[in-house]
Amino acid sequence: MSTDPSSSWQSQSQSQASGTASADASEKPSAQPLPRLIDYDPGGFFDELVNDQSIARPDTEVLVDMINRISGETLARRQRAIERAMYRMGITFTVYSDSRGTEKIMPFDIIPRVVPAILWHHIEAGLKQRIGALNRFLSDIYGPQNIINDGVIPRELVDTSKDFRPQCIGLTPPNGVWCHITGTDLIRDSSGTVYVLEDNLRCPSGVSYVLQNRAVMKKNFPQLFDASRVRPVNDYPARLYNTLVSMAPEGVRNPVVAVLTPGVYNSAYYEHSFLAQQMGVELVEGRDLMVKDDRVYMRTTEGLQQVHVLYRRVDDMFLDPEVFREDSVLGVAGLMRAYRAGNIALANAPGTGIADDKVIYAYVPKMIDYYLGETPILENVPTYVCLDEDDRRHVLENLDTLVVKAANESGGYGILIGPHATPAEREKFGELIRENPRNYIAQPTLSLSRVPTLVGESLEGRHVDLRPYILCRSPTDVDVIPGGLTRVALKRGSLVVNSSQGGGSKDTWVVANPGEETAST
Amino acid sequence: MLARVAESIYWMSRQMERAENLSRFLEVTLNFILDQPENLVDPWEPLIQVTGDTQWYSEHYSRFDRPSVIHFLAFDDRYPNSMLSSLRYARENARGVRETLSSETFEQINDFYHFVNDAALQKVEPTADFFDQVRQQALLWNGILDGTMSHDIGWHFANFGRLIERADKTSRILDVKYFNLLPRVDDVGTAVDDIQWSALLLAISGFEAYRREHHLIDIEKVVDFFIFNRRFPRSILSCVAGADWSLSQIEDACSSAQPRSAKQASLGLRHRLANTNVKEVLAGGMHQFIDTLQVELNDIGEALNQDYFQVTLNA
Repeated sequence: MSTDPSSSWQSQSQSQASGTASADASEKPSAQPLPRLIDYDPGGFFDELVNDQSIARPDTEVLVDMINRISGETLARRQRAIERAMYRMGITFTVYSDSRGTEKIMPFDIIPRVVPAILWHHIEAGLKQRIGALNRFLSDIYGPQNIINDGVIPRELVDTSKDFRPQCIGLTPPNGVWCHITGTDLIRDSSGTVYVLEDNLRCPSGVSYVLQNRAVMKKNFPQLFDASRVRPVNDYPARLYNTLVSMAPEGVRNPVVAVLTPGVYNSAYYEHSFLAQQMGVELVEGRDLMVKDDRVYMRTTEGLQQVHVLYRRVDDMFLDPEVFREDSVLGVAGLMRAYRAGNIALANAPGTGIADDKVIYAYVPKMIDYYLGETPILENVPTYVCLDEDDRRHVLENLDTLVVKAANESGGYGILIGPHATPAEREKFGELIRENPRNYIAQPTLSLSRVPTLVGESLEGRHVDLRPYILCRSPTDVDVIPGGLTRVALKRGSLVVNSSQGGGSKDTWVVANPGEETAST
Repeated sequence: MLARVAESIYWMSRQMERAENLSRFLEVTLNFILDQPENLVDPWEPLIQVTGDTQWYSEHYSRFDRPSVIHFLAFDDRYPNSMLSSLRYARENARGVRETLSSETFEQINDFYHFVNDAALQKVEPTADFFDQVRQQALLWNGILDGTMSHDIGWHFANFGRLIERADKTSRILDVKYFNLLPRVDDVGTAVDDIQWSALLLAISGFEAYRREHHLIDIEKVVDFFIFNRRFPRSILSCVAGADWSLSQIEDACSSAQPRSAKQASLGLRHRLANTNVKEVLAGGMHQFIDTLQVELNDIGEALNQDYFQVTLNA
């Protein structure tokens, strides 16, 4: 694997694109130049769809050609139709807490993001490597703690992490897997290089949007799917179900699987219910469950029925009032007893959040080296750990160019984007860092890649990230879903893609290599 | 099936049926006005009386006029049994169990709710045409429930809920006529009376079915049709028999040592209906008969709650 992934995939996919053209000779003679996206200016940013001359990148020519032939008005009309369909399906959130308040869908953008086959293979390999190292780390940190004893990660970092769960020390999850479902956030910089921005190892959400975005796009652009050789994502629920079944306690023939949700008022409730429906399993709340003799049961119309596997979308701290927060009403008293006794499997295992800590993140490349003896395929965004004296000095001196993040916040909160911040805000963060250096990291402000996005009836570039989903059944049996959630910062110039901060989403098209299955087949 | 899910499905189905029947109440009343000489009978106050919520109404409204009554029954979101409230609760219940419903089912509830909510937000008095569309939505809902869901225990809870609610509401539609009749006994047998009974039959979509069986409007036969017809799907006997059938299916699926009191109660009602005839109903007073029936339907619902929705450690 090349150490500079961006240049390698660009040169290789060039040759692959000509292969495409000849395979599809009736539609596109190979002599024909790649189309140029009309009336679109990449504005000096790295654009996922076109190069700096607005010429289609390899694997995007069918899409660019189609966009050129459809008027902005038609695109806008179809986008509205898609949004209406989503509204009908109830993929909405309530704008006001008032029960009769207006309802809105997650903003959806009709222009898909294309990931060329060669780039995808690079990402896939990198993610498999990374999740392999992270699972080894979790086994180690709740077991012998070799990585601390060998001085690779400072003990202080682990001991002071809000997400380290001493209650999990000594646990051995089935198949040696702690993190079964991961959604890793990737970004690309101005050169197109892919970086890992964060590892989401707790309850990553968004996969329902991947599936629904695809469903509505297929309905609206069926011919385009035929021509673009997009890889399918629709078997995710089946793969997830298989993953969950594989975790069942030994000797259980037909395991009962359920999804555990905090309830209908949780912001990701739609997804919990969607996944349960797609897998054909029960969606349970804490109040539906009880523990008797270290076994978990759900209350059914037929009496109590034992549950063997829980895909829990409830945070660690709320899982079991006997062990974690005593005041939790979302969990089940005794769940951890049943878990220790091996009578219930939990995905993800409690305690995975330690590897989500933004300071621990900085050590993942070292983990890959320590556990696997390999060089990271996907790089971290260069990260300064404020606990380190030299790093801290550098951060404090360069607050105007850096992005500062608190270790345990998510959803776009607890972040300082230096170049966009006021002197007072920078001052405040400087103070916070000096007070509690353990809790902060800093990264250079990257110029995130962009994708053409429909604004009114014309296309403008907007910054994106990418969250692929990884399913892990055993250390050697890992699936990366060919696709992912492309989040887009809809506000002009904004780098914040979180849906809680005005972000939307796009369908993500991973292009098939010849011979690979496509969404239209 | 999860007890919580069964309970939500049961209520969702009742609330959908309730919304539909409110529309039928209002539609039949609007038809009354069109077809009768001016000021013959005030049709609006009786409509409040049959809901059983007259007290609530009097606390919030000063007059029994058309705009107030229509707003109260259709769009008042403070009143928990209005059409809008029923649809909102049905949708909340559906949201809590949507993984057990077919996608079409949830989408239909969602559409139906938005349709009525949008109309409510426009703050314009709805017309007969609006109620007609609501009835269409409701028919669509029933078709989707039956045509896209496996007829498993969840469907039986939904079917039971909808039929218990429908039996109750059919009895209340009949009761509307009782309240309207009181002041004008002279009208019995006149053209006006004919029109009123016809409107009543239209409200349960039974006008044509009745005509095919009996040709002419006759009070005894209409009441018989409403309560005792074995074939028409909105008659009280049909609803009770169907609910009883679904209870049998539920009981079979939920084999348990517990005695099921809902089944006993519904069987009791079914037998009583089978052993009563329309002459006895009219002789004993139709309103009293309907009152008793409504209490019995309530008791069956309460028994269902005890039998299936309250699962404890000892179960």
